[in-house]
Amino acid sequence: MAVDAPTRSPGDGPPVLEGTSEVATPGLEREAERAKARQGFLLGLPTIVYLLLFFVIPLGFVVAYSFATRTRSGRTELRDFNLDAYARLGDDIVMTVAWRSLWMAVVATLICLVLAYPLAYYISTRSPMVRNLMLVGVMIPFWSNFLIRTYAWRVLLDSDGLVTQAFEFIGLGDGRILFTSNAVILGLVYGYLPFMVLPLYAAIERIDWSLVEGARDLYASGWSAFRRVVWPLSRPGVIAGSILVFVPSFGAYVTPAILGGNKEGLLGSYIVLQFLSARNGPVGSAVSVVVLAVMLVATLVYFRSGGKNL
Amino acid sequence: MSKGVAKSTAEPQGFSRWLLRGHSLGVFVFFYAPIVVLCIFSFNDSNAVGNWNGFTLGWYEALFDNDNIQSSIWVSVKVCVFSTVIAVVLGTAGALALERFRWWGQKAFDAVLYLPIIIPDVTMAVMMLVFFNEAAGWLDWIPGIDLQDGLEKLVLSHVAFNISFVSVVVRARLANLDASMEEAAADLYANRWQAFRRVTLPQIMPGVIGGALLAVTISLDDVVVSSFVSAVGGTPLSVFVFGMLRKGVSPLVNSVSVVMLAASMALVLASLVISRASGSEREER
Repeated sequence: MAVDAPTRSPGDGPPVLEGTSEVATPGLEREAERAKARQGFLLGLPTIVYLLLFFVIPLGFVVAYSFATRTRSGRTELRDFNLDAYARLGDDIVMTVAWRSLWMAVVATLICLVLAYPLAYYISTRSPMVRNLMLVGVMIPFWSNFLIRTYAWRVLLDSDGLVTQAFEFIGLGDGRILFTSNAVILGLVYGYLPFMVLPLYAAIERIDWSLVEGARDLYASGWSAFRRVVWPLSRPGVIAGSILVFVPSFGAYVTPAILGGNKEGLLGSYIVLQFLSARNGPVGSAVSVVVLAVMLVATLVYFRSGGKNL
Repeated sequence: MSKGVAKSTAEPQGFSRWLLRGHSLGVFVFFYAPIVVLCIFSFNDSNAVGNWNGFTLGWYEALFDNDNIQSSIWVSVKVCVFSTVIAVVLGTAGALALERFRWWGQKAFDAVLYLPIIIPDVTMAVMMLVFFNEAAGWLDWIPGIDLQDGLEKLVLSHVAFNISFVSVVVRARLANLDASMEEAAADLYANRWQAFRRVTLPQIMPGVIGGALLAVTISLDDVVVSSFVSAVGGTPLSVFVFGMLRKGVSPLVNSVSVVMLAASMALVLASLVISRASGSEREER
Protein backbone atom coordinates (compact mmCIF):
# COMPACT_ATOMS: atom_id res chain seq x y z
CA MET A 1 0.00 0.00 0.00
CA ALA A 2 3.02 2.22 -0.34
CA VAL A 3 2.38 3.52 -3.82
CA ASP A 4 -0.37 5.89 -2.78
CA ALA A 5 1.07 9.17 -3.95
CA PRO A 6 1.05 11.82 -1.23
CA THR A 7 1.65 14.50 -3.90
CA ARG A 8 -1.69 13.90 -5.51
CA SER A 9 -3.85 16.97 -5.11
CA PRO A 10 -7.62 16.78 -4.75
CA GLY A 11 -9.36 16.95 -8.08
CA ASP A 12 -6.46 15.22 -9.74
CA GLY A 13 -8.72 12.42 -10.92
CA PRO A 14 -10.85 9.75 -9.33
CA PRO A 15 -10.17 9.22 -5.62
CA VAL A 16 -7.69 6.48 -4.91
CA LEU A 17 -9.47 3.46 -3.57
CA GLU A 18 -6.62 1.74 -1.86
CA GLY A 19 -4.62 2.59 1.18
CA THR A 20 -4.85 5.28 3.75
CA SER A 21 -3.73 8.44 2.07
CA GLU A 22 -2.90 11.20 4.47
CA VAL A 23 -4.22 13.96 2.27
CA ALA A 24 -7.63 12.47 1.62
CA THR A 25 -10.37 13.91 3.78
CA PRO A 26 -11.60 11.50 6.49
CA GLY A 27 -15.09 11.39 4.99
CA LEU A 28 -13.89 10.44 1.55
CA GLU A 29 -11.55 7.93 3.03
CA ARG A 30 -14.25 6.22 5.03
CA GLU A 31 -16.48 6.20 1.98
CA ALA A 32 -13.74 4.62 -0.09
CA GLU A 33 -13.05 2.05 2.59
CA ARG A 34 -16.69 1.13 2.75
CA ALA A 35 -16.84 0.82 -1.03
CA LYS A 36 -13.85 -1.46 -0.93
CA ALA A 37 -15.32 -3.60 1.81
CA ARG A 38 -18.47 -3.92 -0.26
CA GLN A 39 -16.48 -4.99 -3.31
CA GLY A 40 -14.61 -7.59 -1.29
CA PHE A 41 -17.82 -8.99 0.11
CA LEU A 42 -19.44 -9.12 -3.36
CA LEU A 43 -16.38 -10.86 -4.76
CA GLY A 44 -16.54 -13.48 -2.03
CA LEU A 45 -20.32 -13.78 -2.13
CA PRO A 46 -20.70 -16.65 -4.66
CA THR A 47 -18.17 -18.70 -2.69
CA ILE A 48 -19.88 -17.88 0.59
CA VAL A 49 -23.26 -18.90 -0.82
CA TYR A 50 -21.84 -22.12 -2.21
CA LEU A 51 -20.17 -23.13 1.05
CA LEU A 52 -23.29 -22.15 2.98
CA LEU A 53 -25.47 -24.32 0.75
CA PHE A 54 -23.22 -27.31 0.27
CA PHE A 55 -21.13 -27.33 3.40
CA VAL A 56 -22.64 -25.45 6.33
CA ILE A 57 -26.23 -26.58 5.75
CA PRO A 58 -25.18 -30.24 5.29
CA LEU A 59 -23.25 -29.92 8.54
CA GLY A 60 -26.41 -28.58 10.18
CA PHE A 61 -28.39 -31.54 8.86
CA VAL A 62 -25.93 -34.02 10.40
CA VAL A 63 -26.25 -32.27 13.75
CA ALA A 64 -30.05 -32.28 13.39
CA TYR A 65 -30.01 -35.97 12.42
CA SER A 66 -28.15 -36.85 15.60
CA PHE A 67 -31.17 -35.64 17.57
CA ALA A 68 -33.77 -37.05 15.18
CA THR A 69 -36.03 -40.07 15.39
CA ARG A 70 -35.44 -43.33 13.60
CA THR A 71 -38.59 -45.03 12.34
CA ARG A 72 -38.94 -48.79 12.45
CA SER A 73 -38.30 -49.03 8.74
CA GLY A 74 -34.90 -47.42 9.20
CA ARG A 75 -35.81 -43.94 7.96
CA THR A 76 -34.63 -40.93 9.88
CA GLU A 77 -37.30 -38.33 10.48
CA LEU A 78 -36.63 -34.82 11.63
CA ARG A 79 -39.19 -34.70 14.44
CA ASP A 80 -39.46 -35.47 18.17
CA PHE A 81 -35.91 -34.40 18.76
CA ASN A 82 -34.25 -36.43 21.50
CA LEU A 83 -30.94 -37.61 22.91
CA ASP A 84 -31.44 -41.33 22.24
CA ALA A 85 -28.61 -41.53 19.73
CA TYR A 86 -26.20 -39.96 22.18
CA ALA A 87 -27.34 -42.38 24.88
CA ARG A 88 -26.36 -45.18 22.53
CA LEU A 89 -22.80 -43.86 22.47
CA GLY A 90 -22.31 -45.41 25.90
CA ASP A 91 -22.96 -48.90 24.50
CA ASP A 92 -20.14 -51.40 24.78
CA ILE A 93 -19.75 -51.74 21.01
CA VAL A 94 -19.40 -48.01 20.47
CA MET A 95 -17.06 -47.60 23.41
CA THR A 96 -14.86 -50.44 22.19
CA VAL A 97 -14.56 -48.85 18.77
CA ALA A 98 -14.00 -45.40 20.27
CA TRP A 99 -11.21 -46.60 22.57
CA ARG A 100 -9.61 -48.55 19.77
CA SER A 101 -9.73 -45.46 17.54
CA LEU A 102 -8.28 -43.26 20.24
CA TRP A 103 -5.53 -45.73 21.04
CA MET A 104 -4.58 -46.37 17.41
CA ALA A 105 -4.67 -42.68 16.56
CA VAL A 106 -2.41 -41.86 19.52
CA VAL A 107 0.05 -44.64 18.70
CA ALA A 108 0.10 -43.70 15.00
CA THR A 109 0.67 -40.04 15.90
CA LEU A 110 3.56 -40.88 18.24
CA ILE A 111 5.22 -43.15 15.69
CA CYS A 112 4.84 -40.47 13.03
CA LEU A 113 6.39 -37.90 15.34
CA VAL A 114 9.37 -40.13 16.09
CA LEU A 115 9.90 -40.91 12.40
CA ALA A 116 9.23 -37.42 11.09
CA TYR A 117 11.15 -35.23 13.51
CA PRO A 118 14.68 -36.34 12.56
CA LEU A 119 13.74 -36.26 8.88
CA ALA A 120 12.28 -32.75 9.13
CA TYR A 121 15.37 -31.66 11.03
CA TYR A 122 17.62 -33.18 8.41
CA ILE A 123 15.71 -31.57 5.53
CA SER A 124 15.73 -28.12 7.09
CA THR A 125 19.51 -28.19 7.54
CA ARG A 126 20.19 -28.99 3.85
CA SER A 127 21.17 -26.53 1.15
CA PRO A 128 18.16 -24.92 -0.63
CA MET A 129 18.46 -27.16 -3.68
CA VAL A 130 18.58 -30.45 -1.78
CA ARG A 131 15.93 -29.17 0.60
CA ASN A 132 13.47 -28.45 -2.21
CA LEU A 133 14.09 -31.83 -3.80
CA MET A 134 13.50 -33.63 -0.52
CA LEU A 135 10.38 -31.57 0.14
CA VAL A 136 8.96 -32.56 -3.22
CA GLY A 137 9.82 -36.14 -2.28
CA VAL A 138 7.65 -35.78 0.82
CA MET A 139 4.89 -33.82 -0.88
CA ILE A 140 4.26 -36.33 -3.64
CA PRO A 141 3.01 -38.99 -1.23
CA PHE A 142 1.29 -36.18 0.74
CA TRP A 143 -1.06 -35.40 -2.11
CA SER A 144 -1.16 -38.54 -4.23
CA ASN A 145 -3.72 -41.30 -4.10
CA PHE A 146 -4.21 -42.39 -0.49
CA LEU A 147 -6.29 -45.44 -1.37
CA ILE A 148 -3.69 -46.91 -3.69
CA ARG A 149 -0.84 -46.14 -1.32
CA THR A 150 -2.67 -48.06 1.38
CA TYR A 151 -3.37 -50.89 -1.02
CA ALA A 152 0.37 -51.16 -1.78
CA TRP A 153 0.81 -52.38 1.81
CA ARG A 154 -1.92 -54.90 1.33
CA VAL A 155 0.16 -56.35 -1.51
CA LEU A 156 3.25 -56.44 0.72
CA LEU A 157 1.48 -57.90 3.73
CA ASP A 158 -0.59 -60.49 1.90
CA SER A 159 -0.08 -64.07 3.04
CA ASP A 160 2.37 -64.65 0.20
CA GLY A 161 3.50 -61.03 0.08
CA LEU A 162 7.09 -59.85 0.28
CA VAL A 163 7.07 -58.70 3.90
CA THR A 164 5.55 -61.94 5.07
CA GLN A 165 8.08 -63.96 3.10
CA ALA A 166 10.93 -61.82 4.37
CA PHE A 167 9.84 -62.32 7.97
CA GLU A 168 9.78 -66.06 7.54
CA PHE A 169 13.09 -66.01 5.69
CA ILE A 170 14.90 -64.11 8.44
CA GLY A 171 13.26 -66.35 10.98
CA LEU A 172 11.35 -63.65 12.78
CA GLY A 173 8.47 -66.05 12.93
CA ASP A 174 5.04 -65.50 11.57
CA GLY A 175 5.03 -62.21 9.71
CA ARG A 176 1.33 -62.26 9.06
CA ILE A 177 0.13 -58.99 10.43
CA LEU A 178 -2.54 -58.34 7.80
CA PHE A 179 -5.97 -57.83 9.38
CA THR A 180 -4.50 -57.08 12.79
CA SER A 181 -4.39 -53.78 14.63
CA ASN A 182 -0.67 -53.58 13.85
CA ALA A 183 -1.42 -53.56 10.14
CA VAL A 184 -3.93 -50.75 10.63
CA ILE A 185 -1.44 -48.69 12.62
CA LEU A 186 1.21 -49.32 9.98
CA GLY A 187 -1.24 -48.14 7.32
CA LEU A 188 -2.12 -45.00 9.29
CA VAL A 189 1.54 -44.17 9.82
CA TYR A 190 2.32 -44.73 6.16
CA GLY A 191 -0.67 -42.73 5.01
CA TYR A 192 -0.28 -39.73 7.28
CA LEU A 193 3.47 -39.49 7.86
CA PRO A 194 3.88 -36.66 5.29
CA PHE A 195 1.24 -34.70 7.24
CA MET A 196 3.68 -34.74 10.15
CA VAL A 197 6.86 -34.02 8.22
CA LEU A 198 5.69 -30.86 6.47
CA PRO A 199 4.54 -28.75 9.45
CA LEU A 200 7.57 -29.93 11.43
CA TYR A 201 9.81 -28.85 8.62
CA ALA A 202 8.08 -25.46 8.44
CA ALA A 203 8.64 -24.94 12.18
CA ILE A 204 12.25 -26.14 12.32
CA GLU A 205 13.22 -24.25 9.20
CA ARG A 206 12.10 -21.01 10.84
CA ILE A 207 14.40 -21.45 13.84
CA ASP A 208 17.10 -18.85 14.21
CA TRP A 209 20.17 -21.05 14.51
CA SER A 210 22.23 -18.36 16.15
CA LEU A 211 20.22 -19.16 19.29
CA VAL A 212 21.56 -22.70 19.16
CA GLU A 213 25.02 -21.33 18.59
CA GLY A 214 24.56 -19.12 21.62
CA ALA A 215 23.57 -22.11 23.70
CA ARG A 216 26.62 -24.04 22.53
CA ASP A 217 28.86 -21.07 23.30
CA LEU A 218 27.48 -21.17 26.82
CA TYR A 219 28.70 -24.78 27.11
CA ALA A 220 25.37 -26.48 26.50
CA SER A 221 25.89 -29.99 25.18
CA GLY A 222 24.39 -30.83 21.79
CA TRP A 223 21.59 -32.69 23.47
CA SER A 224 20.70 -30.00 25.97
CA ALA A 225 20.87 -27.32 23.26
CA PHE A 226 18.33 -29.38 21.38
CA ARG A 227 16.13 -29.98 24.39
CA ARG A 228 16.20 -26.39 25.67
CA VAL A 229 16.26 -24.45 22.39
CA VAL A 230 15.33 -26.38 19.25
CA TRP A 231 12.56 -28.51 20.69
CA PRO A 232 10.63 -25.63 22.33
CA LEU A 233 10.95 -23.52 19.19
CA SER A 234 9.66 -26.36 17.00
CA ARG A 235 6.67 -27.06 19.23
CA PRO A 236 4.11 -25.30 16.96
CA GLY A 237 5.12 -27.75 14.23
CA VAL A 238 4.86 -30.70 16.61
CA ILE A 239 1.34 -29.66 17.59
CA ALA A 240 0.23 -28.94 14.02
CA GLY A 241 1.65 -32.21 12.71
CA SER A 242 0.16 -34.22 15.56
CA ILE A 243 -3.28 -32.78 14.86
CA LEU A 244 -2.98 -33.40 11.14
CA VAL A 245 -2.16 -37.06 11.86
CA PHE A 246 -4.45 -37.60 14.83
CA VAL A 247 -7.67 -36.17 13.39
CA PRO A 248 -7.84 -38.25 10.19
CA SER A 249 -6.57 -41.37 12.03
CA PHE A 250 -9.29 -41.03 14.63
CA GLY A 251 -12.00 -41.01 11.96
CA ALA A 252 -10.26 -43.40 9.58
CA TYR A 253 -12.29 -45.59 7.29
CA VAL A 254 -10.24 -46.52 4.23
CA THR A 255 -7.18 -47.83 6.08
CA PRO A 256 -9.02 -50.25 8.39
CA ALA A 257 -11.22 -51.32 5.47
CA ILE A 258 -8.20 -52.41 3.45
CA LEU A 259 -5.68 -53.50 6.09
CA GLY A 260 -7.86 -54.33 9.06
CA GLY A 261 -10.40 -56.66 7.54
CA ASN A 262 -13.76 -56.42 9.23
CA LYS A 263 -12.69 -56.73 12.81
CA GLU A 264 -10.40 -53.76 13.32
CA GLY A 265 -12.81 -50.98 12.39
CA LEU A 266 -12.34 -47.46 13.68
CA LEU A 267 -14.90 -44.73 14.26
CA GLY A 268 -15.00 -43.91 10.55
CA SER A 269 -15.85 -47.53 9.78
CA TYR A 270 -18.53 -47.47 12.46
CA ILE A 271 -20.15 -44.37 10.96
CA VAL A 272 -20.20 -45.95 7.50
CA LEU A 273 -21.67 -49.11 8.98
CA GLN A 274 -24.46 -47.15 10.67
CA PHE A 275 -25.40 -45.30 7.51
CA LEU A 276 -24.98 -47.93 4.82
CA SER A 277 -25.75 -51.22 6.59
CA ALA A 278 -27.55 -50.68 9.88
CA ARG A 279 -29.54 -47.78 8.44
CA ASN A 280 -29.33 -45.93 11.71
CA GLY A 281 -28.93 -42.29 10.71
CA PRO A 282 -29.19 -40.78 14.21
CA VAL A 283 -26.47 -42.96 15.76
CA GLY A 284 -24.21 -42.54 12.72
CA SER A 285 -24.73 -38.78 12.93
CA ALA A 286 -24.10 -38.68 16.67
CA VAL A 287 -20.76 -40.44 16.19
CA SER A 288 -19.95 -38.03 13.35
CA VAL A 289 -20.71 -35.10 15.64
CA VAL A 290 -18.30 -36.55 18.22
CA VAL A 291 -15.58 -36.92 15.58
CA LEU A 292 -16.25 -33.36 14.49
CA ALA A 293 -16.05 -32.12 18.06
CA VAL A 294 -12.68 -33.82 18.50
CA MET A 295 -11.51 -32.18 15.29
CA LEU A 296 -12.69 -28.74 16.40
CA VAL A 297 -11.08 -29.05 19.83
CA ALA A 298 -7.83 -30.15 18.21
CA THR A 299 -7.95 -27.19 15.82
CA LEU A 300 -8.64 -24.76 18.65
CA VAL A 301 -5.70 -26.17 20.59
CA TYR A 302 -3.60 -25.58 17.53
CA PHE A 303 -4.64 -21.95 17.07
CA ARG A 304 -4.33 -21.30 20.81
CA SER A 305 -0.78 -22.60 20.74
CA GLY A 306 0.13 -19.90 18.26
CA GLY A 307 -0.43 -21.68 14.96
CA LYS A 308 -1.60 -19.46 12.14
CA ASN A 309 -2.46 -21.70 9.28
CA LEU A 310 -2.52 -25.38 8.58
CA MET B 1 20.22 -13.21 9.04
CA SER B 2 23.25 -15.10 10.17
CA LYS B 3 21.73 -18.37 9.12
CA GLY B 4 24.61 -19.43 6.96
CA VAL B 5 27.14 -19.01 9.74
CA ALA B 6 25.09 -20.61 12.43
CA LYS B 7 23.93 -23.53 10.35
CA SER B 8 27.03 -25.51 11.19
CA THR B 9 25.83 -25.77 14.79
CA ALA B 10 22.59 -27.30 13.52
CA GLU B 11 24.44 -30.20 12.00
CA PRO B 12 25.17 -32.86 14.58
CA GLN B 13 28.63 -34.32 14.51
CA GLY B 14 30.05 -37.80 14.27
CA PHE B 15 27.88 -40.79 14.90
CA SER B 16 24.58 -38.97 15.32
CA ARG B 17 25.11 -37.28 11.99
CA TRP B 18 25.25 -40.65 10.26
CA LEU B 19 22.28 -41.80 12.27
CA LEU B 20 20.32 -38.80 11.02
CA ARG B 21 21.31 -39.47 7.42
CA GLY B 22 20.51 -43.14 7.63
CA HIS B 23 17.17 -42.40 9.25
CA SER B 24 16.18 -39.90 6.56
CA LEU B 25 17.12 -42.34 3.84
CA GLY B 26 15.14 -45.03 5.63
CA VAL B 27 12.01 -42.87 5.75
CA PHE B 28 12.22 -42.18 2.04
CA VAL B 29 12.59 -45.91 1.38
CA PHE B 30 9.53 -46.43 3.57
CA PHE B 31 7.64 -43.85 1.47
CA TYR B 32 8.50 -45.25 -1.91
CA ALA B 33 9.35 -48.96 -1.58
CA PRO B 34 5.72 -50.14 -1.34
CA ILE B 35 4.88 -48.13 -4.44
CA VAL B 36 7.81 -49.61 -6.36
CA VAL B 37 6.85 -53.13 -5.33
CA LEU B 38 3.26 -52.51 -6.43
CA CYS B 39 4.51 -51.32 -9.83
CA ILE B 40 6.77 -54.31 -10.28
CA PHE B 41 4.07 -56.80 -9.41
CA SER B 42 1.63 -55.21 -11.84
CA PHE B 43 3.84 -56.67 -14.58
CA ASN B 44 3.89 -60.10 -12.99
CA ASP B 45 2.80 -62.89 -15.32
CA SER B 46 0.97 -64.86 -12.67
CA ASN B 47 -2.42 -65.02 -11.04
CA ALA B 48 -0.84 -65.38 -7.64
CA VAL B 49 0.52 -62.09 -6.47
CA GLY B 50 3.47 -63.03 -4.30
CA ASN B 51 5.66 -65.00 -6.68
CA TRP B 52 7.46 -63.50 -9.64
CA ASN B 53 6.68 -65.43 -12.76
CA GLY B 54 8.00 -63.35 -15.62
CA PHE B 55 7.14 -60.06 -17.27
CA THR B 56 3.82 -59.33 -18.97
CA LEU B 57 1.75 -56.37 -20.07
CA GLY B 58 -1.33 -58.56 -19.98
CA TRP B 59 -2.88 -56.95 -16.93
CA TYR B 60 -2.73 -53.55 -18.58
CA GLU B 61 -4.42 -54.95 -21.68
CA ALA B 62 -7.08 -56.53 -19.49
CA LEU B 63 -7.58 -53.12 -17.93
CA PHE B 64 -8.38 -51.51 -21.25
CA ASP B 65 -10.72 -54.33 -22.21
CA ASN B 66 -12.75 -54.03 -19.05
CA ASP B 67 -15.98 -52.16 -19.78
CA ASN B 68 -16.72 -51.41 -16.13
CA ILE B 69 -13.36 -49.78 -15.70
CA GLN B 70 -13.73 -47.83 -18.93
CA SER B 71 -17.13 -46.42 -18.01
CA SER B 72 -16.04 -45.53 -14.49
CA ILE B 73 -13.04 -43.69 -15.92
CA TRP B 74 -15.50 -41.58 -17.89
CA VAL B 75 -17.51 -40.77 -14.80
CA SER B 76 -14.31 -39.74 -13.03
CA VAL B 77 -13.19 -37.52 -15.87
CA LYS B 78 -16.54 -35.75 -16.17
CA VAL B 79 -16.86 -35.14 -12.45
CA CYS B 80 -13.29 -34.00 -12.25
CA VAL B 81 -13.53 -31.50 -15.12
CA PHE B 82 -16.78 -29.88 -13.98
CA SER B 83 -15.89 -29.77 -10.30
CA THR B 84 -12.42 -28.39 -10.98
CA VAL B 85 -13.66 -25.57 -13.20
CA ILE B 86 -16.27 -24.47 -10.67
CA ALA B 87 -13.91 -24.87 -7.72
CA VAL B 88 -11.17 -22.88 -9.40
CA VAL B 89 -13.47 -19.93 -10.13
CA LEU B 90 -15.04 -19.91 -6.67
CA GLY B 91 -11.81 -20.69 -4.84
CA THR B 92 -9.87 -17.94 -6.61
CA ALA B 93 -12.61 -15.39 -5.99
CA GLY B 94 -12.69 -16.41 -2.34
CA ALA B 95 -8.91 -16.13 -2.07
CA LEU B 96 -8.92 -12.64 -3.59
CA ALA B 97 -11.76 -11.50 -1.37
CA LEU B 98 -9.88 -12.65 1.72
CA GLU B 99 -6.42 -11.55 0.78
CA ARG B 100 -7.04 -8.19 -0.91
CA PHE B 101 -10.05 -6.78 0.95
CA ARG B 102 -11.20 -6.14 4.49
CA TRP B 103 -14.86 -6.72 5.12
CA TRP B 104 -17.32 -7.66 7.78
CA GLY B 105 -17.63 -11.43 8.38
CA GLN B 106 -14.28 -12.12 6.80
CA LYS B 107 -12.95 -14.04 9.80
CA ALA B 108 -15.93 -16.38 9.85
CA PHE B 109 -15.63 -17.01 6.13
CA ASP B 110 -11.93 -17.71 6.55
CA ALA B 111 -12.64 -20.31 9.23
CA VAL B 112 -15.37 -22.04 7.23
CA LEU B 113 -13.09 -22.12 4.20
CA TYR B 114 -10.53 -24.15 6.18
CA LEU B 115 -13.00 -26.69 7.51
CA PRO B 116 -13.40 -28.88 4.40
CA ILE B 117 -9.64 -29.47 4.48
CA ILE B 118 -9.38 -30.74 8.03
CA ILE B 119 -12.75 -32.44 8.34
CA PRO B 120 -12.41 -36.25 8.19
CA ASP B 121 -13.58 -37.77 4.89
CA VAL B 122 -16.26 -39.85 6.49
CA THR B 123 -17.88 -36.87 8.18
CA MET B 124 -17.93 -34.96 4.92
CA ALA B 125 -19.41 -38.01 3.19
CA VAL B 126 -22.14 -38.35 5.79
CA MET B 127 -22.93 -34.65 5.49
CA MET B 128 -23.41 -34.91 1.75
CA LEU B 129 -25.47 -38.09 2.01
CA VAL B 130 -27.82 -36.62 4.59
CA PHE B 131 -28.03 -33.33 2.75
CA PHE B 132 -28.95 -34.85 -0.59
CA ASN B 133 -31.52 -37.04 1.13
CA GLU B 134 -33.20 -34.12 2.82
CA ALA B 135 -32.73 -31.40 0.27
CA ALA B 136 -33.54 -33.39 -2.87
CA GLY B 137 -37.00 -31.83 -2.99
CA TRP B 138 -35.98 -28.23 -3.11
CA LEU B 139 -32.69 -28.66 -4.98
CA ASP B 140 -34.69 -29.94 -7.93
CA TRP B 141 -36.11 -26.44 -8.20
CA ILE B 142 -32.78 -25.11 -9.33
CA PRO B 143 -32.84 -25.31 -13.12
CA GLY B 144 -30.41 -27.75 -14.66
CA ILE B 145 -29.98 -29.81 -11.53
CA ASP B 146 -31.33 -33.32 -11.55
CA LEU B 147 -30.42 -35.19 -8.41
CA GLN B 148 -31.55 -38.56 -9.69
CA ASP B 149 -28.32 -38.50 -11.59
CA GLY B 150 -25.37 -39.31 -9.34
CA LEU B 151 -23.12 -37.19 -11.52
CA GLU B 152 -24.47 -33.88 -10.26
CA LYS B 153 -24.26 -34.92 -6.63
CA LEU B 154 -20.65 -35.94 -7.22
CA VAL B 155 -19.80 -32.61 -8.84
CA LEU B 156 -21.57 -30.57 -6.15
CA SER B 157 -19.79 -32.37 -3.31
CA HIS B 158 -16.38 -32.36 -4.97
CA VAL B 159 -16.66 -28.60 -5.48
CA ALA B 160 -17.47 -28.23 -1.78
CA PHE B 161 -14.09 -29.58 -0.69
CA ASN B 162 -12.03 -28.43 -3.66
CA ILE B 163 -12.90 -24.74 -3.20
CA SER B 164 -10.86 -24.83 -0.01
CA PHE B 165 -7.81 -26.48 -1.54
CA VAL B 166 -7.77 -24.10 -4.51
CA SER B 167 -8.14 -21.04 -2.31
CA VAL B 168 -5.32 -22.14 0.01
CA VAL B 169 -2.92 -22.47 -2.93
CA VAL B 170 -4.02 -19.20 -4.55
CA ARG B 171 -3.80 -17.35 -1.24
CA ALA B 172 -0.25 -18.56 -0.71
CA ARG B 173 0.60 -17.05 -4.07
CA LEU B 174 -1.28 -13.81 -3.38
CA ALA B 175 0.38 -13.36 -0.01
CA ASN B 176 3.76 -13.39 -1.75
CA LEU B 177 2.75 -10.70 -4.23
CA ASP B 178 2.99 -7.04 -3.63
CA ALA B 179 -0.40 -5.35 -3.88
CA SER B 180 1.34 -2.23 -5.13
CA MET B 181 1.22 -3.41 -8.75
CA GLU B 182 -2.57 -3.53 -8.61
CA GLU B 183 -2.62 -0.13 -6.97
CA ALA B 184 -0.37 1.25 -9.67
CA ALA B 185 -2.81 -0.06 -12.25
CA ALA B 186 -5.64 1.64 -10.40
CA ASP B 187 -3.64 4.87 -10.33
CA LEU B 188 -3.32 4.61 -14.07
CA TYR B 189 -7.10 4.64 -14.36
CA ALA B 190 -7.53 0.91 -14.91
CA ASN B 191 -10.89 -0.16 -13.56
CA ARG B 192 -11.10 -3.10 -11.16
CA TRP B 193 -11.72 -5.64 -13.88
CA GLN B 194 -8.90 -4.39 -16.09
CA ALA B 195 -6.51 -4.31 -13.14
CA PHE B 196 -7.50 -7.87 -12.30
CA ARG B 197 -7.23 -9.22 -15.82
CA ARG B 198 -4.05 -7.42 -16.82
CA VAL B 199 -2.12 -7.32 -13.56
CA THR B 200 -3.40 -9.63 -10.83
CA LEU B 201 -4.45 -12.64 -12.89
CA PRO B 202 -1.16 -13.09 -14.78
CA GLN B 203 0.69 -12.86 -11.48
CA ILE B 204 -1.44 -15.39 -9.62
CA MET B 205 -1.75 -17.71 -12.62
CA PRO B 206 0.84 -20.21 -11.31
CA GLY B 207 -1.18 -20.45 -8.11
CA VAL B 208 -4.44 -20.86 -10.01
CA ILE B 209 -3.03 -23.60 -12.24
CA GLY B 210 -1.32 -25.29 -9.30
CA GLY B 211 -4.60 -25.18 -7.38
CA ALA B 212 -6.50 -26.52 -10.37
CA LEU B 213 -4.14 -29.48 -10.77
CA LEU B 214 -4.46 -30.18 -7.08
CA ALA B 215 -8.25 -30.07 -7.38
CA VAL B 216 -8.06 -32.52 -10.28
CA THR B 217 -5.95 -34.89 -8.19
CA ILE B 218 -8.18 -34.68 -5.16
CA SER B 219 -11.30 -35.16 -7.23
CA LEU B 220 -9.88 -38.21 -9.02
CA ASP B 221 -8.56 -39.71 -5.77
CA ASP B 222 -11.59 -39.14 -3.58
CA VAL B 223 -13.15 -42.40 -2.45
CA VAL B 224 -15.16 -41.88 0.68
CA VAL B 225 -17.34 -38.92 -0.26
CA SER B 226 -17.84 -40.29 -3.76
CA SER B 227 -18.90 -43.71 -2.58
CA PHE B 228 -21.58 -42.08 -0.44
CA VAL B 229 -23.10 -39.91 -3.14
CA SER B 230 -22.60 -41.82 -6.39
CA ALA B 231 -25.51 -43.71 -7.91
CA VAL B 232 -25.40 -47.37 -8.90
CA GLY B 233 -23.93 -47.66 -12.37
CA GLY B 234 -22.42 -44.19 -12.15
CA THR B 235 -19.48 -44.81 -9.86
CA PRO B 236 -16.20 -43.03 -10.50
CA LEU B 237 -13.03 -45.08 -10.96
CA SER B 238 -11.78 -44.61 -7.40
CA VAL B 239 -15.01 -46.02 -5.94
CA PHE B 240 -15.02 -48.91 -8.39
CA VAL B 241 -11.41 -49.73 -7.53
CA PHE B 242 -12.13 -49.46 -3.80
CA GLY B 243 -14.77 -52.14 -4.27
CA MET B 244 -12.21 -54.35 -6.02
CA LEU B 245 -9.49 -53.67 -3.45
CA ARG B 246 -11.65 -54.70 -0.57
CA LYS B 247 -12.14 -58.11 -2.09
CA GLY B 248 -8.40 -58.65 -2.03
CA VAL B 249 -5.21 -58.58 -4.01
CA SER B 250 -5.30 -59.42 -7.70
CA PRO B 251 -3.00 -58.59 -10.60
CA LEU B 252 -5.74 -56.65 -12.39
CA VAL B 253 -6.23 -54.46 -9.33
CA ASN B 254 -2.49 -53.90 -9.29
CA SER B 255 -2.45 -52.58 -12.83
CA VAL B 256 -5.44 -50.27 -12.26
CA SER B 257 -3.76 -49.04 -9.10
CA VAL B 258 -0.52 -48.29 -10.85
CA VAL B 259 -2.32 -46.30 -13.54
CA MET B 260 -4.24 -44.30 -10.91
CA LEU B 261 -1.17 -43.71 -8.79
CA ALA B 262 0.92 -42.66 -11.78
CA ALA B 263 -1.74 -40.18 -12.89
CA SER B 264 -2.05 -38.84 -9.38
CA MET B 265 1.69 -38.48 -8.86
CA ALA B 266 2.22 -36.80 -12.23
CA LEU B 267 -0.51 -34.27 -11.47
CA VAL B 268 0.89 -33.57 -8.01
CA LEU B 269 4.37 -33.11 -9.39
CA ALA B 270 3.10 -30.74 -12.08
CA SER B 271 1.12 -28.81 -9.49
CA LEU B 272 4.13 -28.50 -7.20
CA VAL B 273 6.46 -27.41 -9.96
CA ILE B 274 4.06 -24.79 -11.31
CA SER B 275 2.84 -23.31 -8.05
CA ARG B 276 6.28 -23.37 -6.46
CA ALA B 277 7.89 -21.59 -9.36
CA SER B 278 7.31 -18.62 -7.04
CA GLY B 279 9.54 -20.24 -4.42
CA SER B 280 12.70 -18.71 -5.87
CA GLU B 281 11.20 -15.23 -5.70
CA ARG B 282 10.38 -15.77 -2.07
CA GLU B 283 13.92 -16.77 -1.22
CA GLU B 284 15.32 -13.56 -2.63
CA ARG B 285 13.45 -11.48 -0.14
